[in-house]
Amino acid sequence: MRRIAILLGSCAMSLLAATGAYAQNKPADEALVEKGAYLARAGDCIACHTRPEGELFAGGRPMPTPFGTLYTSNITPDNETGIGKWSSDQFYAMMHTGRFPDGGLLYPAMPFGSYTKVTRQDSDAIFAFLRSIPAVKQPNRPHDLRFPYNNRSLILGWRTLYFSEGEYKPDPKQSDEWNRGAYLVEGLGHCAMCHTAINALGGSSESEAFQGGLIPMQNWYAPSLTSNKEAGLGEWSLQEITDYLKTGISPRGAVYGPMAEVVYNSLQYMTDADIRAMAVYLKSLGQGSPPGAARATVTSSESSLLLTLGKTIYDRECASCHGAQGLGKPPHYPPLAGNQSIQMSSAVNPIRMVLNGGFPPGTSGNPQPYGMPPFAQSLSDDEVAAVVTYIRTAWGNRGAAVSAREANALRASPLD
Amino acid sequence: MRAKGDSVQTAEPRHKRWHLLGPALSVLLIGSAAIAQTPEQAPDTIQERLLACAPCHGVIGEGTSNAYFPRLAGKPAGYLTNQLVAFRNGRRRYPPMNYLLEYLPEEYLAVMANYFAAQKPPLPAPVAPDTSPQMVKLGEQLIEKGDFNRGLPACMSCHGPNLTGMEPAIPGLLGLRASYISAQLGAWRYGTRTAKAPDCMQIVAGHLTEDDVKAVAAVLASRPAPAKLDPVPKGSYGLPFPCGSQPQ
Ligand code: HEC
Ligand code: HEC
Ligand code: HEC
Ligand code: HEC
Ligand code: HEC
Repeated sequence: MRRIAILLGSCAMSLLAATGAYAQNKPADEALVEKGAYLARAGDCIACHTRPEGELFAGGRPMPTPFGTLYTSNITPDNETGIGKWSSDQFYAMMHTGRFPDGGLLYPAMPFGSYTKVTRQDSDAIFAFLRSIPAVKQPNRPHDLRFPYNNRSLILGWRTLYFSEGEYKPDPKQSDEWNRGAYLVEGLGHCAMCHTAINALGGSSESEAFQGGLIPMQNWYAPSLTSNKEAGLGEWSLQEITDYLKTGISPRGAVYGPMAEVVYNSLQYMTDADIRAMAVYLKSLGQGSPPGAARATVTSSESSLLLTLGKTIYDRECASCHGAQGLGKPPHYPPLAGNQSIQMSSAVNPIRMVLNGGFPPGTSGNPQPYGMPPFAQSLSDDEVAAVVTYIRTAWGNRGAAVSAREANALRASPLD
Repeated sequence: MRAKGDSVQTAEPRHKRWHLLGPALSVLLIGSAAIAQTPEQAPDTIQERLLACAPCHGVIGEGTSNAYFPRLAGKPAGYLTNQLVAFRNGRRRYPPMNYLLEYLPEEYLAVMANYFAAQKPPLPAPVAPDTSPQMVKLGEQLIEKGDFNRGLPACMSCHGPNLTGMEPAIPGLLGLRASYISAQLGAWRYGTRTAKAPDCMQIVAGHLTEDDVKAVAAVLASRPAPAKLDPVPKGSYGLPFPCGSQPQ
């Protein structure tokens, strides 16, 4: 689902453009539709329900899973092929319970496990918005799942383990801002879909919510948002968090990999107040201390060889942007010294950055991002391993060494 | 969704190993002196922003020694924008590039295109064709005259009498290497490269045989640069049939 990139004509863009101040001096339905458009942005429905160069919300986007490929549904108001015949009750029931109007079970690749937290009012607004978009006649493409996963009754097992139905319950001990942030992160934002270890069919259990995990089929690691050893934001300032979420760059690090899709299609459109609320909530999740020392398990002669090679490559290929001391040129060239995102026990992300390079998403706050070149075509596996080992351990960083084999395995990762 | 027949993937040194580094290897920590410098700022230029493109295309798009990585400099801006949009949307496939462009807005892609279109480094030296004289004759024939019996217009009828292209969206065909040209014609024939409908190049490529492709690629790569490299202005001549990417 990384290739959830979306291409919309400019008319679609303006249709969806989020407006901070909805609901004022507008006829009731128009205001409701606008509010729904904004909430659909917060839910990032477009990322899954629109194909690149396809019609808006007409679905058909492939979602590879370890069990086969799912194809998203047409959610335009077409009577035959879309959801034109649905009522707002049926729509709310689907969001809330993960069931089709006929009682059938949805695959949890549609993140109803998070959307169940959405209020009835917000669900009605999203539905009103979906009724206002052009109907597109495009039949749903059947899913292509292997036996036994093609049997929807299996979803029952997943639901028993991982799904708990229920709207968001505000925590009276917390501020309104914190509660708004929690509602967005846990509900429409469906952040737990990636930031939690993934179980069969993409389930994530409540107790493990936001603990981080490898995203299947994509070979990216979505770090824990609760541990300050990973992406816990306890040590970040609110300004740094809001910059990261809304513009895609920050003095601490840049957005990359599948997280770029989330910022590009969803978070950049959120109001400043909502982004701040999310930041307040996320900051409160960060637990524990920053990374401690990694255990050194090799002889000093071996590691010094590795580090010598790694440093040579770093000085030649990386220092011009990230600085000889790893300080970067923030916010455009992220610092590597003290950057949590490269010291986690999983080294998948820094290896992939070196292999594939990348641009942070282009956003209204950073419309012309700076890029990092890919090195897959110029560095060998050993060189990739050496330079990643170097950045994980230099300047006081506390990550562990990585092997050429790990680097090699990630060369085959899908780039879409 | 990987590109079919994407020969370039083999350019990656996938299977090299250096046995010194075992998986269990870990590392000693380097002493960490407290760092107290103020970080620098990245220069606020387009060239700096696009350093990610430089290893494959050169800093100003002049091309690199890799025969498959195309030159970008001086190509019409509209053409380059169309290519960048096609890569971003997956309509033209080269995974490393599809990946880099995935979350960039179209306005930025146009800025990139304008930057490379405005660069005018000299063309690389032409390469003498390594084919038979008959093949060279065939290539020249197709490029300059086309083949009336097969309904094949001359390449020059669209790419210009000097093969320098036409604004805004028809590229010149000089300064490209034979392997790149034949790969592109192949990509159109197999449907992995498409342009805006009506896709005239798909029609042209569909009429070419393997030999035709070899011949035109070798001859194009051997042509010296004309005095004036710029694409001719829009509307300088009419096209033999319409191309979706070139509004008439
Ligand atoms: C991560 C991808 C993803 C996101 C994000 C997502 N969906 Fe879905 N959606 C799916 C998939 C996959 C299905 C098909 C599920 C199935 O067949 O069981 C689906 C099914 C649906 C359906 C059922 C339609 C039908 O008749 O099959 C509706 C309605 C729907 N989604 C609405 C939404 C809305 C509204 C949002 C945003 C708030 C949204 N989706 C966000 C993946 C997604
Ligand atoms: C499609 C999967 C996906 C979804 C959905 C997703 N993330 Fe992420 N996120 C990632 C990955 C992968 C990374 C690691 C890459 C990076 O740091 O940019 C990441 C990184 C982050 C970081 C970086 C922290 C650091 O220390 O660098 C934050 C904060 C974050 N995500 C917050 C969120 C929030 C809030 C949401 C919901 C609105 C969300 N994510 C939804 C995949 C996802
Ligand atoms: C031309 C400048 C440039 C060079 C050279 C460069 N980088 Fe980067 N690097 C960047 C940019 C820009 C980003 C943000 C990319 C993104 O968000 O997708 C980045 C991001 C990263 C990240 C992710 C950190 C984070 O929190 O966002 C790592 C790790 C990294 N680079 C390592 C390296 C290594 C190792 C090298 C040398 C082999 C290198 N870079 C060379 C510009 C550069
Ligand atoms: C890893 C090497 C690599 C990197 C990095 C790269 N490209 Fe490319 N680019 C290629 C290759 C190879 C092709 C030809 C692909 C094909 O069609 O088979 C290409 C094609 C293009 C084309 C089409 C050229 C034509 O004449 O049709 C444009 C435009 C382009 N690249 C722009 C860029 C830009 C802008 C960047 C940086 C954001 C970039 N590329 C980064 C390798 C690369
Ligand atoms: C009917 C007009 C037309 C004719 C005739 C034509 N071309 Fe093209 N050609 C185009 C257009 C338009 C494009 C740009 C397509 C796009 O936007 O991707 C193009 C693009 C190309 C490219 C891609 C260049 C690059 O940098 O990637 C090559 C190669 C090419 N043509 C070769 C040829 C050859 C060889 C012939 C003669 C056998 C030919 N063309 C005849 C219109 C034409």
